[in-house]
This record gives sequence, C-alpha cells and structure tokens, in this order.
Amino acid sequence: MDQFVQQLLNGLFLGAIYALIALGYTMVYGVLRFINFAHGDVFMLGAFGGLYVHKALAPLLNALPWPLALAVVMLASMAICAALGIAIEYFAYRPLRNRPRLNVLITAIGVSLFIEYTGQLVFGATQQPFPAIIPRQNISGLGGLTVTMTQVIVVVVTTALLIGLRYIVMRTRLGLAMRALSLNPTAAALMGVNTSVVISFTFGLGSALAAAGGILYASLYPSVDPFMGIQPGIKAFVAAVLGGIGNIPGAALGGMIIGVVETLVTGYSQKLGIPSGYKEGVAFIILILILLFKPSGLLGKVEREKV
Amino acid sequence: MSSVLELNDVSIQFGGLRAVGGLTFSIQPGELVGLIGPNGAGKTTVFNLITGVYQPTSGSIKFGGVSVPGHKPHQITKLGIARTFQNIRLFSSLSVFDNVRTAKMMHLRHGIAHSLFRGPAFLDEEAMIENEVFDLLDIFDLGKEASTPCKSLCYGDQRRLEIVRALATKPKLLLLDEPAAGMNPTEKEELMHLIQFIKDKFQISVLLVEHDMKVVMGICQRIAVLEYGVKIAEGTPAEIQNNPKVIAAYLGTEDGKGPLDA
Amino acid sequence: MQLLLKYRTQAFLLLALLVSFVVSQASDNIDGYVLQIMLVAGINIILAVSLNLVNGHTGQFSLGHAGFMGVGAYMSAAVSVEMGPSILGLLGGPSTLSHGVTFVIALLVGGLCAAVCGWMVGVPSLRLRGDYLAIVTLGFNEIIRVVFQNTSSSGPFGGALGMRGIPDYSTFFWVFGIAAICIYVVASMVNSTYGRGFLAVRDDEVASESMGVNTVRYKVVAFVLGAFFAGLAGGLYAHLFGAIDPKGFGFLKSVDIIIMVILGGMGSTLGVVVAAIGLTTLNEQLRDAEKFRMIVFSILLIVMMIVRPQGLLPVTFEKKRRKSA
Repeated sequence: MDQFVQQLLNGLFLGAIYALIALGYTMVYGVLRFINFAHGDVFMLGAFGGLYVHKALAPLLNALPWPLALAVVMLASMAICAALGIAIEYFAYRPLRNRPRLNVLITAIGVSLFIEYTGQLVFGATQQPFPAIIPRQNISGLGGLTVTMTQVIVVVVTTALLIGLRYIVMRTRLGLAMRALSLNPTAAALMGVNTSVVISFTFGLGSALAAAGGILYASLYPSVDPFMGIQPGIKAFVAAVLGGIGNIPGAALGGMIIGVVETLVTGYSQKLGIPSGYKEGVAFIILILILLFKPSGLLGKVEREKV
Repeated sequence: MSSVLELNDVSIQFGGLRAVGGLTFSIQPGELVGLIGPNGAGKTTVFNLITGVYQPTSGSIKFGGVSVPGHKPHQITKLGIARTFQNIRLFSSLSVFDNVRTAKMMHLRHGIAHSLFRGPAFLDEEAMIENEVFDLLDIFDLGKEASTPCKSLCYGDQRRLEIVRALATKPKLLLLDEPAAGMNPTEKEELMHLIQFIKDKFQISVLLVEHDMKVVMGICQRIAVLEYGVKIAEGTPAEIQNNPKVIAAYLGTEDGKGPLDA
Repeated sequence: MQLLLKYRTQAFLLLALLVSFVVSQASDNIDGYVLQIMLVAGINIILAVSLNLVNGHTGQFSLGHAGFMGVGAYMSAAVSVEMGPSILGLLGGPSTLSHGVTFVIALLVGGLCAAVCGWMVGVPSLRLRGDYLAIVTLGFNEIIRVVFQNTSSSGPFGGALGMRGIPDYSTFFWVFGIAAICIYVVASMVNSTYGRGFLAVRDDEVASESMGVNTVRYKVVAFVLGAFFAGLAGGLYAHLFGAIDPKGFGFLKSVDIIIMVILGGMGSTLGVVVAAIGLTTLNEQLRDAEKFRMIVFSILLIVMMIVRPQGLLPVTFEKKRRKSA
C-alpha cells in the first residue's frame, strides 16, 4: 500500500512537469490550431539555459540562498526561451500563416530536428550533469513515504506558475485577446486585436513555461542532453490531447494523469508482465485510444466541420 | 405518380438546438421546388440530411421508396441525389475535365485491378467516359476549358462547373445550395435559364435553396418556407408572396413590402 | 506500332524490368561503392513513391512509413534466415533459382505483413485528419519500433541488437525491378478515372462523398498499398545490408522519406523519384559530416515549406482534348 501511495506521489510530481509543457502545446493550439512539434525542444533548451546561466553566474549564485539562486536561474532561462519561442514563431511559422495546417506541421518537425541537431553540435551529444541548485535532501516525517526537496519545489513552482497563467489568461487584456483569438481569429482581428502580437505573446508564454518545466525536470533527473525533450514532449502533447487540446485546465489535468499512469506502469511493469521497455509506447497507446474514442479529450469541446 | 423525395416529420437536434423540427414535404418527378427562409432557418441542414451528411434524430426520408438515413453520402449519390455547395467545393488541384471525371467514377465497371492492367476493356471504358465528360462540358460551353485548373475559372464558371459535376453523376434529383450567391444580375438571369434548361434537358427534379427572391419566384413551381427549422408555409410563388406568416418571418412586422416582392 | 502506343505504359514497365536485368548481369563491372549507393537510391525510390501515394495523392499525412518498412524488413529477414535453409533444401540445394524463390517468398511475406499493419493503422485512422493523423501514425511507428526493440535478444528478432547474417539477395535486378513495378502501380492507378478518386479525397472529402466517391475505401487502399511497398523496400534493405536493428526504422527514417516526398512535390511521382535519387546522393556526400546532416535536412524542410511547398518540379496539368467526335 505504502509503495502504491509512493508511486502515486512520484507520478504526480512528474505529472506536474508534464502539465507545464502541455500548457504550451495547448495554448498554441488554441490560438493557431496547429501542433507545435518543436515545443519539447524548447523544454530541452530551457534545461540547458538553466545549466549555462548557472555556470556563468556561479560565484554570484553560490553567495545567494538557494531559493533565490533557483529563482534567478529559472527566470533567466524562462526569459531566454520566451525570446527563442517568439523568434521561432517569427521566422518559421509566421511566413506560413493562412497556409494549410499540414505545411505548418511539417515546418514544425523541421524546427524540432533543427534545434535537436544544432543542440547536439553546440552542447555535445553526451549527457551532462545538472547542478544541484535545489539541495538534494529528503523531507522526513511523512510516515513511510519519501519526498525530496526537489519534488516539493516542483509542486510549489508548478502551482505558482499555473495560478499566474490563469491570472494572465482570465484577467489581463492580452489574456482576453488570446481567448478571443482562439474563438474566432477573424472576428478578433476585426475587433482590433493585434493578432501578431497575441500570437507572439502566446509563444513566449508557452516557451517560458516549457523552460521552467525543463529546469524542474533536469533537477528531478539531474542530467541534460540535446534529445531529452523528445519523450517528455510527446507525453506532454498526449496530456494536452487527453485534457482536450486548447483547454488550459485540461492540459494541467492531462499532465497529472499521464505522469501517474507512466509511473505506475513503470513501477508495476514486472508484476503486470510487461517489459519495462514498453513504457515508451504507453503514451502513444493512450493517445491513440483517446483520439479514437473521445477525440475532444476530457474537458474539450467537439468541433464540427461546416458543410 | 409517386414522389421522388419524401420527408416525413424529420427532426434533427444538435445538442440543445433543434435545427430542423417536424419537417414534412415532398418533391414530384420533374418538379422544381424552392426552399427559402431567413438566415439560419435550417435550409442547408435539410440538404445535409437529404445527402446523408447528417443523420436525422427522428422522422423518415425516402428517395424513390428507399430510406435514406443510414446510407453514407456516397451511397446516396449512387441512389441518384446530387448536390452543389453553398461555398463552392470544387477539387481545387484538378482540371475542369478531372473535376467532372471524378463524378463518373461510380459508374465504372472496372476497378483498381483494371486500372493496373490497362487492358482493352479498361481503355475502352476510359475513352467512353472521356466522351461523356466532353459531351457534358460542351453542353455548358466549358469544353474548351477542359485542361484549365478549375481554380483559375471565373467565379460564375466555377459555379457552373459545380453544377456540371453534379449532373455527371446522372442524378434523378439535383440539390442546388444558393447557386446565385455572389452573382451579378446578368449572371443571375443566365442562371435562371440554366436551371430551367437542366430540368428540361435532363428530366430531373430540382430542389433549390436560394436567398435571391427574384430567382426563386421566377423559376420555382412550388416553394416551401422554413423558419427556425419549421415549415411555416408552402405553395406557389404567388401564394407565398402574399402569405402573412412568411412576410412576418422575413420582416418581423406585418406591414410594408419586403424581399418577397420581386 | 499503334499497339505499342496503346499499351505504352505496360511497354515501359517491361523495358524497365529488362534494363534492370541486363544491368544486374553486368553489375560486377560497377564499382562496389557506387553500386551500393544505386541500390540504396532504388530502395528510397520505392519508399518515397509509396509514401507519396498516401501523403501526396490521397492527402493523408502519414509520419510512420518507416514502421511499415521495419515490419517488412524483419518479417522477410526472419523468413530467409529461419526458413531459408529448408526452402533451399526443398528445391535441391543452393542455386540461382532456389535463392530467387526464397527471396520472393521472403519479400512477399514482408510486404503482406506490412500491408496488414497498414490496414490496422489505416482503418482506425480514418476518423482522424491532418495533424492528428500525423501524430497517430508517428505513434504507430514508435510502437512498432518499441515492440521489435523489446523482443528477446536470443529470439529470431534479436531485441535491441537486431538481426544479423541475413543473406545478401538484393541485387540490382530485384531493387530496380520492384522500384519499376512500384512506380508503374502508383502512376497507372492514379492516371485513371478510378485513381482520380485519390486526388479528389485529398482536395475535399465532403465533395468527394457527394460525387459518389467512397472516401473510406480510397484511404484504406492508399494505406495498405503504401505499406505493402514500404514492406518490400524493407525486405530489400534487410537483404542488402545483411543486418538490421530497430533504431533504423524509427521516426528519423520516416522523416528521411518525408523529405524526399516534400522535395519532389506531394503528388508528383516523377518529382519524388528525382528527389529520392538526389537526396540519396546528398546523404552520401554528407556522410563525412554526419553532425551536419540532419541540420541541413531540417533547414531544407523549413525552407521548402516556406518557399516552395508544392515541390521543386513545376505542377503540370494533363492536356485533354476530345479525341473523337
């Protein structure tokens, strides 16, 4: 029983990170109706951003208390990735606006591969250790359960970011413009919404969240490599679809579910008689099942083609 | 004489919205019937019900005695119903010729195997189809445009091509969804002649959804009026023009002249 | 002469088969390295032309072509490794004939298994469109890879290590003969009244249905046929290199094939053949700069989409004039 609760807990921590990445997929889908295939790679860049910022500012950061150092590293990396996200949209996707969605998807695959292999060239192909910005210590006094400081921070940061995001989307003018755009781009433009600015903002916001996710993920599994974004990216995408793509609370919920399912499958694979290597396929099986049986996801709306 | 198409108490519900409710009407062989109503009255939904794009929530639709619901759209086309679309839906990457040729596919005796072996039977059939397509294109004066990509035709010709393509399926009933939309008065005049011509030449029934009252009143033998998915009137053009319910539906009041006074 | 003109398509196919056979007989005179590149190009032609049927002509964006290739490679290799000796024995020991028969059986088994997988992917995918379909086919590709990767390392498929010691049956004749058949099948099917249905489905599914086109049937045919030829290509690949492993049939391989289709122009068989040959050559040139290979390819993909999404060759329309009154 204890072991089950422990697995469940681990799954939720992992799911929180998936949720952060899934938000980026879902927001971009909401405003542009396309799958930003390169989003998982922005997540990877976020982790590397954290690594390099930490390296560059090491003397300064070591002098600070660790929560402050974490905040500096995280904000810096989020800013870098937001800028990169905006640049990607500007150079690769913007020229394709009003073209078939499939063309944009192909471009996104191109961008994804470009980031991965350029990353390999710049960062090197091998895994690098990620610094222990968050102290690696266990928090005791929880019965038989083990919770690390990193896991606590994951939950705290994710919750804070989700609240912040909700505020931006529901209470600010830009958030209102985002929602208007996702409902009807033409009408939004006619009402004076500057579509380009909103789309840039959406990419920036999504990329910043992915960067935060990247740093948290790299703190949880302390190593980084140029291809680390692929698997979490796919799982987060599945999470976004599971929650109902375009739906922000849905993405958060989907992330949690995927995190828990993945952890449980990995933890119990031997008892269930599945080779643990199959866990890479689990996300896809979930995805295929959702798309076949409930393509609108748990919280999404059905879209009907007008004839 | 039995009806070509019979709708009996047909309703369809989208979530909480009843788009069409208890619709009953029929079309006789060789008849040209108009279906009119304000925007959002459910006219196109009726088309989508007849052509199998939507399934009715209740009621029956019979075409030549065969029950339509439960058939896929392509099967319904084979039964003999063809349609055009409100927003033109040509095969944009195909030539004028190929657009019409596509509609001939369902009459093919040969299939995939023949197209691979390309024997004498296949070649004969292809030649026959080619002739049929050209015959049809020539009737509508599009023969010289056969190799033109359809999207480089002018708007009026695109509308016409869509009608030709529908006719190529050899329908018994042709559904036209706002064919006059976006046309200028001269083009509309031509369209009216064209529809009359098609009906007489091909001996088919036509169901016409149209906003332009001049067109509808000018050519339809009978008109049904929808409002909020319910039929509020049916009759000859003259009867419809003077029906107070119809005038109210269009104008919201009971006085004055409206779009119905063509 | 008139007969030849009437049946020119078949004549071209026979000519291509004949040329492949003649070149194959003389292939000892070709430099081994050059020959190998030619054979890889031939396999890529099959992959690209068959994917083009799905992605280009029918407009269903599949990201999982390498998965079908993998099924074909594994299944055909299993036949010739596990059952090959007994087939050879049955036909009176090793000879050109008995090797040929073994290879044909192996290829057909590989192709048919891939076709079955194509059907399994195609049927549930019918409800999906555009980018969702792309992601689901990518998912199937990954699942196929994961399944092969997790087979027992002592079993016939060899788990992550893959299979070795597959006989080198893939000669010039087999590769280019099958490539010719693949081009013939796709081109002649699309260039018929029946085949215009594929293009109609790509352009507008709703309008296709209303013209009496059974869109479901067309999509399934495209998927099954595309997968079948990908399976054959996989079989040829396995019997060319003699060793295969699951990583070779992952997402990146699918992207390789997609780049060929995009460069050649979705829906243009000729363009895709040219692109397959060109990219195979480029790939060899970049062999010494492996680090830059994918960077070059990804930039190619992005630039193509922005500048020339219809492919490098110009789009042409068949001229139609009334032949007889």
